[in-house]
Amino acid sequence: MTDEPLLRVSALSKFYGSRVGCDNVSFDLWPGEVLAVVGESGSGKTTLLNCLSTRLMPSSGTASYRMRDGQFRELYRMSEAERRFLMRTDWGFVHQNPADGLRMTVSAGANVGERLMAVGDRHYGKIRATAVDWLSRVEIDEDRIDDEPRAFSGGMRQRLQIARNLVTGPRLVFMDEPTGGLDVSVQARLLDLLRGLVTDLGLAAIVVTHDLAVARLLSQRMMVMKDGRVVESGLTDRVLDDPRAPYTQLLVSSILQV
Amino acid sequence: MATPLVVSDVAKSFTMHLRDGIKLPVMAGVSFSIRAGECTVLGGPSGAGKSSILKMLYGNYAVDEGQIIVTHDDGLIDLATASPRTVLAIRRQTIGYVSQFLRTVPRVSALDVVAEPLVERGEDREIARGKARALLAQLNLPERLWALPPATFSGGEQQRVNIARGFITEHPILLLDEPTASLDAKNRDVVIELIAAKKAAGVALLGIFHDHDVREAVADRVIDVTTFAPGKIAA
Repeated sequence: MTDEPLLRVSALSKFYGSRVGCDNVSFDLWPGEVLAVVGESGSGKTTLLNCLSTRLMPSSGTASYRMRDGQFRELYRMSEAERRFLMRTDWGFVHQNPADGLRMTVSAGANVGERLMAVGDRHYGKIRATAVDWLSRVEIDEDRIDDEPRAFSGGMRQRLQIARNLVTGPRLVFMDEPTGGLDVSVQARLLDLLRGLVTDLGLAAIVVTHDLAVARLLSQRMMVMKDGRVVESGLTDRVLDDPRAPYTQLLVSSILQV
Repeated sequence: MATPLVVSDVAKSFTMHLRDGIKLPVMAGVSFSIRAGECTVLGGPSGAGKSSILKMLYGNYAVDEGQIIVTHDDGLIDLATASPRTVLAIRRQTIGYVSQFLRTVPRVSALDVVAEPLVERGEDREIARGKARALLAQLNLPERLWALPPATFSGGEQQRVNIARGFITEHPILLLDEPTASLDAKNRDVVIELIAAKKAAGVALLGIFHDHDVREAVADRVIDVTTFAPGKIAA
């Protein structure tokens, strides 16, 4: 195990005019660690995720990422081309709505293969074989490889999006409500799949969710956000079983028992 | 004798912000140590805070004050103030925990639930599964259940999966929260054997056992938790 974090975030803030997106967020993320960011809508968790994944520029603060050569690079000082390269190769981004992360009018196989071509793979047979392998890992039958995701169910689309993101062997994956909008039974299957993949591949992930059960199942650490600020953070089971902040207590006590 | 865990002057309270911020003191002045090769038992009536103590020692509950010094990685670490990442490392390598109830994960088989802590410690998956099979067999869990997720198992079956999961690793410290509560006499005896084997291997055990016979069979020392009741620390 390495003793250096993969991502160091310091005093990150984003303001929309006078409105607060996220305010003064700091944390370190280590390889293999899954961090859940929870809070209700409007708490700033998606703004934070978009800043971290450089889809949005923060108003102030820094985030540095340890590149594969071991050097830390300041994310917001990279060129646009460098950031895009990082996004295509070393990072993944799983959107809540698969249509935002997939190309809906090309085949499932091409959706997975495209990311491989982006990192320089050119051999058609190899790309297709890798695509088949990844489709099976996300439990999509091989005979659906030439179908467009438009013809897939919501759960299948989400699994395809995950395959597309993980095929390049990223070290860090951002997920925005990865199970939102899915049926409970489909959610359970997806969560189990994600959990297995994250463990097997040793991925680091930042998962934004409003669902505390998802946070409990996927993450080791958790940050609770309210009004753009982190009101509590710590080990996921500690935060959920012994919540200290008033807002966390409210969140935890609002869970319906089944 | 080695004392891999020393608790000194720990206090714990819950502040209920949704109930006008009332503060519920749970315990204060908690001080004790546990020794390698011994099973220390927490005694006292329900609600005295026995489970809370185990949860604090596992990092599952935060601690208001005091120290929990753990021998970890050839050094001493205060678990009460350790970072989440350090607590996770301590759980992986040093402190094991058998909770009262199994928290099941959808779709993961009983065998893999049991094997998982070993895999997390870097053991080969097939070797880990082999050890899991041996333990489940020892605990008399019918083999036809091994490939099924434990969510639908009976209370006693789930508890045996939980015990196997807790005992499969070689953590030097093992916390046991009523591991025999819903077991029949035959399986209680198996747990007593498992605890004896851990003791012989030099593990420091700390447990809660409501069952009188089990407690008689395993306890080397009993700590009366009621002495840690808040308000009793004047002396």
